Amino acid sequence: MARIVAGVTTSHVPAIGAMIDQGRQQEPYWAPIFGGFEFSKRWMADLKPDVAIVIYNDHASAFDASIFPTFALGCADRYLPADEGWGRRPVPTVMGHADLACHIAQHMILDEFDLTVVNRMDVDHGLTVPLNLLFGDLKADQAWPCQVIPLPINVIQYPPPTGKRCYAMGQALRRAVESWPGNERVVVFGTGGMSHQLQGTRAGFINTPWDTRFLDNLTRDPLALTRITHAEYVREAGSEGIELVMWLAMRGALDERVREVYRFYHVPCSNTALGHIILEND
Amino acid sequence: MTEPQLSPYLTEFEDIPGTYVFNTFRSRQGFPLNQFCMSLMKADNRAAFKADNAAYLAGWGLTDAQRDAVLARDWTGMMREGGNIYFLSKLFSTDGHSFQHVAAIMTGATQAQYAQMMLDGGRAPQGCRSKSDPSL
Repeated sequence: MARIVAGVTTSHVPAIGAMIDQGRQQEPYWAPIFGGFEFSKRWMADLKPDVAIVIYNDHASAFDASIFPTFALGCADRYLPADEGWGRRPVPTVMGHADLACHIAQHMILDEFDLTVVNRMDVDHGLTVPLNLLFGDLKADQAWPCQVIPLPINVIQYPPPTGKRCYAMGQALRRAVESWPGNERVVVFGTGGMSHQLQGTRAGFINTPWDTRFLDNLTRDPLALTRITHAEYVREAGSEGIELVMWLAMRGALDERVREVYRFYHVPCSNTALGHIILEND
Repeated sequence: MTEPQLSPYLTEFEDIPGTYVFNTFRSRQGFPLNQFCMSLMKADNRAAFKADNAAYLAGWGLTDAQRDAVLARDWTGMMREGGNIYFLSKLFSTDGHSFQHVAAIMTGATQAQYAQMMLDGGRAPQGCRSKSDPSL
């Protein structure tokens, strides 16, 4: 059977992608941010996963205002980096694992988790920035070191799914992966967060104590995190901090007991509190 | 569109100051505005919009309030009329502006002041959790 071998969470701030594309990683503002992922890149190089399932959100790139799929799964062979207004990012084409993705979609829907199947879409910074942070600054003529299955969750139109539902989705995702007859070793990414707000007179909102408790409880008490209401996310983590429900989707795909391998937290990254954690089953 | 009766779910957000929650009703209200913004993902459309803002907007079915807010680059007004920040980002990117530029405008700060606030750790939660907060 295929196995989920680890979970990773990280913010997916678009400016990180822009700095990589412009070669500005060593500037004083950005060097500590990229430095926070040096261990993680070595860890990932040692892990050598076959597949990364990346839970992220589309930011009005693949999906326009016509449709806001709550949970979707990419079942395509390949995904181009989206043109978000400045041309496509010069990063490798994302190669899918269509057979495994189709199996996951079928298994999860029959398991009463009703995903939207996507056979063609572009992937925006929400997916490509985390790949850069964990796999390195690869260029368009290179290749990502593993296959990728995109799993976009709506977090821009309220209500997004609850944290509890996202956690349950992670559990269903694990059952689907483990029912696949191949031997793939899978890493699951939960992306976005941490506290940030991009709009209104409260823009710039950051809540480090709340973020720290969230990071602590990801290992200690994830079920407590699944009880956080949408209003609490907005009040305590800002209107865009709601992206943290995607971390709980990743968490649901791991064992109840996990070990924190690495943590990084940095303020500010553009408008955002950047958080990153690596978890392995204990 | 009529103002929806606030459900208990939406009522909870009403107490949070300075924040627009892009719910399903606002999504419906903002649909033409957000689709107009989305059209700016294409270079030809950006060129046509830049050549004549008002003429380009005429084809998208915006309400008068939405159109006026776009023409005035009234970002808070666009949010009030159902705009979503990720869709509006296509418009301010077309204008050559960043998230931080627009966030600063919405908060009433200069971009330099806003950037300094972020460097100093961001906007602290104290005083902006609730409209009933005594410091507001």
